[in-house]
Amino acid sequence: MRKKRIVNRLNSSGELEALRQSIVGSRDPKKTCIVVCGGTGCLALGAEDVIAGFRQELRERGLESKIDLRITGCPGFCERGTLVVIKPENILYQQVRGEDVPEIISETIKGSIVDRLLYVDPNTGKKVTYENDVPFYKKQKRLLLGDNANIDPTIIDDYLALGGYTALSKALFKMSPEGIIEEVKKSGLRGRGGGGFPTGVKWETCRHAHGDTRYIICNCDEGDPGAFMDRSLMEGNPHSVLEGMIIGAYAIGGHEGYIYVRNEYPLAVKNAQIAIKQAEEYGLLGKNILGSGFDFAVKISRGGGAFVCGESTALMASLEGKVGEPRAKYVHTVEKGLYDKPTNLNNVETWANVPLIINNGAGWYSAIGSEGSKGTKIFSLVGKINNTGLVEVSMGISLREIIYDIGGGIPGGKKFKAVQTGGPSGGCIPESMLNLPVDFDQLTKAGSMMGSGGMIVMDEDTCMVDIAKYFVSFLEGESCGKCVPCREGLKRMSQILTDIAQGKGKDGDIGLLERLSSTLIDSSLCALGSSAPNPVLTTLRYFRDEYEAHIRDKRCPAGVCKELVTYLISEEKCPGCGLCVKACPVEAITFMGKKKPVVLDQEKCVKCGSCYDVCKLDAVIRE
Amino acid sequence: MVTLTIDGRQVQAEAGATILEVAQDNNIYIPTLCFNEAVKPYGACRLCLVEITRGKRERLVASCLYEVEEGLQVKTNSERISSNRRMLMELLLARCPNNKAIQDLARQLGVDGTNFKLEDKNCILCALCVRTCTEVVGVSAISLVNRGTDRQMATPFYEPSDVCIGCGSCAYVCPTGAIGFEDVGDTRHIYWPNNSMEFKLKKCSTCGKYWAPERQLEDIIKKANLASDAFDNCPDCRD
Amino acid sequence: MLVSILQDIQAEYSYLPKEALVVVSQGLALPLTQVYSVATFFKAFSLKPRGRHLINVCLGTACHVRGAVRILEEIERKLDINSGGTTQDRKYTLETVNCVGACALGPIVIVDGKYSGQMKTDKVKPLLESYK
Repeated sequence: MRKKRIVNRLNSSGELEALRQSIVGSRDPKKTCIVVCGGTGCLALGAEDVIAGFRQELRERGLESKIDLRITGCPGFCERGTLVVIKPENILYQQVRGEDVPEIISETIKGSIVDRLLYVDPNTGKKVTYENDVPFYKKQKRLLLGDNANIDPTIIDDYLALGGYTALSKALFKMSPEGIIEEVKKSGLRGRGGGGFPTGVKWETCRHAHGDTRYIICNCDEGDPGAFMDRSLMEGNPHSVLEGMIIGAYAIGGHEGYIYVRNEYPLAVKNAQIAIKQAEEYGLLGKNILGSGFDFAVKISRGGGAFVCGESTALMASLEGKVGEPRAKYVHTVEKGLYDKPTNLNNVETWANVPLIINNGAGWYSAIGSEGSKGTKIFSLVGKINNTGLVEVSMGISLREIIYDIGGGIPGGKKFKAVQTGGPSGGCIPESMLNLPVDFDQLTKAGSMMGSGGMIVMDEDTCMVDIAKYFVSFLEGESCGKCVPCREGLKRMSQILTDIAQGKGKDGDIGLLERLSSTLIDSSLCALGSSAPNPVLTTLRYFRDEYEAHIRDKRCPAGVCKELVTYLISEEKCPGCGLCVKACPVEAITFMGKKKPVVLDQEKCVKCGSCYDVCKLDAVIRE
Repeated sequence: MVTLTIDGRQVQAEAGATILEVAQDNNIYIPTLCFNEAVKPYGACRLCLVEITRGKRERLVASCLYEVEEGLQVKTNSERISSNRRMLMELLLARCPNNKAIQDLARQLGVDGTNFKLEDKNCILCALCVRTCTEVVGVSAISLVNRGTDRQMATPFYEPSDVCIGCGSCAYVCPTGAIGFEDVGDTRHIYWPNNSMEFKLKKCSTCGKYWAPERQLEDIIKKANLASDAFDNCPDCRD
Repeated sequence: MLVSILQDIQAEYSYLPKEALVVVSQGLALPLTQVYSVATFFKAFSLKPRGRHLINVCLGTACHVRGAVRILEEIERKLDINSGGTTQDRKYTLETVNCVGACALGPIVIVDGKYSGQMKTDKVKPLLESYK
C-alpha cells in the first residue's frame, strides 16, 4: 500500500536535479521488479487478473518489500499479451494468465525461469529468454516507446528517474524561445498526425501571429481505425507528451493548453489527468514553472465519438462546444484557431519527440531517418500478421522489413496481399511495392500515404472490394455532412461498392467511382472528403481484376462477399465428425451419423464461414 | 485596393473582399446555392469553387470565402471547374430530382440527368435557414441535427420550438423552396422538412385583418423596447 | 466545455434525457438548438435510454479484417436486435464503435467497459450469459 507522498514544489532546475538524484539514489537497480503491461490491449486479454494476482501473491507471501511490482503502459508486443518482464534481468514472459502468477513468483524468488512462458522464435524454434533478444524488439529503434516498460504512468517519479523534465529545465533556463524553435526546425521534425508539416515552422508562424493569446493543443483523437500509437504513448508515458507541450508553449508564447483525447480511450484520459495533477504538484506545470516565471496550464477535453474531430478545425469547434464541422483553412489555425486566436496544434507523437530533440540536439535527431523524414516513427502493425503490435523504427525502413523482419510475416502460411497504410485517408500497397521506404514522401508517390502510422496487413483471404467498401462506409458514417461532395458523394460511392459486393455491379460502375473520386478530391471542404477516394483508387489501381470479377463474373475471388459465396460440404472428404455442426450459429448443418457426410441447408446458411474455419479436413468448400 | 485577374480580365477590388463578391461586382457569373449576402459565407455547397494560381501553385478554393490578394489569378470556368460542378449537380439532382430550383440549376450547368439512385428530398442542407435564424433574426430556433447522411434540419427533439417567432425568414431565404409557409385565416403554418409549427396571427384592432404572428411582434417589441400596444394596428391602419 | 458536460450527464443516466439538455442550455446560456445539435452529432451520446448492459463491438479496420462483422452478426442473432438497438427486456444495448485502439487483439467486444479480445463467434454465447 502506498503512503501519501509529501510533495515539495520545485522552484529551480537545481531542485529538479536534486530530486531526480534522490529518487534514483533511493532505488536499487538490482532489486527484482515484476513489470506487467496494463495497457488497454493487455487488459483485453485479462491483464487485470494478472495484476490482481501478483498483488495478492506478493502480499500473501510477505514479499512486498522484496519485490517491486510495476504496472506500465504498452510496450508494443501486443500479439503476445499479457506481457510480463522480470527486471533487472529483462526476462520476458508472454501470454501470461492469472493462473501463471504463483509459479512466476516462485521461480523468480529462486532465480530461475518459467520456461513454458518464454517466447518461441518461429524461425528457429528456439525459446528466447531476454526481451532484447526477441526479434520483434531487436530490429526496432524504440526512442519513444522504449521507456514505457520503465514507467508506471501514474507515478511521476518513474519519469523523473529516467531524466524526465530535464529537457524542460534546459529549455526554460538555458535556451530562448527563438532558440528552441530554431532547434526544432533544424531537427527536421515533421508532424506525426499524418500531415507531416514541419513542426518548427508551425511553431514559428504561431509565435509571430497577431494577438496576445495563443493556445497549445495536443491532438489525441487518433481516429484512424487500426492505429493505437497515440493511445500507448498517452497511456504509458503521458509526461513525455506534457513535457513536449510545455516546451512548445514556452517557445510559442502560449499559456493555455488542451489535450483532446478521443472518447474511446478512457485509460488515456485517466492517466493524462493523473500526470497533469502530479506535474502540477511538483511545479512542473501551472504557475511559475520551476521558478522560471513561465505559466502554462493544461486541461483535458474528451471527444464525443467523431473521426472528423481529428481534423484540426473540427477539433477546435468541438472544444468550443459546437459540432465538429471543419472550416476552410484559407486562414490557417496558427493565425486564427481556437476562439479565433492563434493556435498551435500538434499530434501526441510529435509532442513526445520534443524532449528528445532538446536533450540530444537537432544534429543527433536529424541523423536518424531519411532525407526528408527525420527521426523515428511508431507504426501499429495489425491485421493478418504474426507479430501484431506497435513498431518503432527509423524513417526510411522498407515496408518489407517491417512486415517480414519485425512483423514475422503472414500467419497460417497464407500469402501476403496488401498493406493499408495511412488509415481511411491512405491506400493499399501491393506486394510489388514492398521495397518502398516508409516515410512521408515515398508512400504518397504510390498513391497511399504514411498517415498517422496505421499499417493493416491483408492476405489472400481479404477481398479488396470489401476493403474499399469498408473504408468508404466508415467515412460515410463519419462525414460531418456539411459539404455536398463528401456527404452525397460518399453515400453514392458506398451504394455502388455495396452493389458490386452483392453481385449487382454493372459496367460503368468503375468509371463512375473514378469520376466521383475526382470530384471528392477537388471539391471537398476538408481532408476527410478529399482523401476518402484513396482506398478506392489504390484498390482499383492494384487490384482491378477483383472488381471486374465481382462485376462481370459475379464472383468474389477471396471468398468474402457473402452474396457471392457458397459453402458446400464435400461428401468425399467429410467423415461426419460433427465439428461444423457445433460451430454453425444457425443450425444449418445436420449431423447424419458417424462416417456419413453432414448436410448443409443452403436456405438456412448465413455465409458466416464458421464451418469453413473449424474444419481441419478441407471438407468444407467455399466458392 | 488590390488588382487581380479573373478569367483573363484585370479587376480592382477592396482588400478583404471575397473572390465571389468581386466577381459579382464585375458581372462574372459563379453559381452558388448556400450563399446569401445577409449571412456569413458557409462554403458548403462547393458550387462556387474557382481555380486560383498563386506563384506556381494551382488550387481550387471556395470563392465565397477566399479573400482576394494582389496578383491573384482566378479561373471561374476551366474544364476542371466545370467537370466538378457537373458532378456536384448530378449529386444534388439525385437527391432532389423533383425540385424545380435544382432542376433549373442543373440544366443551366449542362446536367440533364444523373447516374445515381433517386431520392426525393427538397432540402439540400445549405443551412441558409439556420444561419439566417441565428445571425439575422437572432432566435436560433432551428439547427442542423445528426451527422453525415443522416443530417437534417429540425427543431430540438423535432418538437414545436419555444423560441421560434414564426417570422418565416427561413422559408424566404431557402434556395430550393424546401420550407413551406402559408397564412390561413388566423393561423400561420410553417412546414419544415421534418416537422411543422403553427402560429397565432395578430388581429388588427382597426380592420380586423390577421397580419403577423403574435410571437414575432412580441419579439420585436422586446428587442426594440417598444410599447406593448405598438402593433395593435396592422401597417395599413397605422400612420 | 459542452461536450464534457454532456459526457458526465450521459455517464450518470446512461443516456441524455431531454430535461437535462434543457437545463444545460439554460445553465450555459446556449441556444437549445446548439446543445441538441451537439448531442445528435456525436456518436458517444444516446438520446434514448440504454439497456442495463452496454455492448460495444469494435468495427475498426484491424478488427474488420479479423472478422468483427461476424461477431456483430452473431450478437445480433443471439439478442434478436440490430446494432443500435436495445433488447425488449432492456437488458442489453448493442452499439458499434470505430476503433478503441486495441487493434492487435481484435476482434474486440466491450461490455460495460470491460474488454474482451480475440473474440470468436463461439465465445459470444458464454460472454452474454455471464451478465445477469
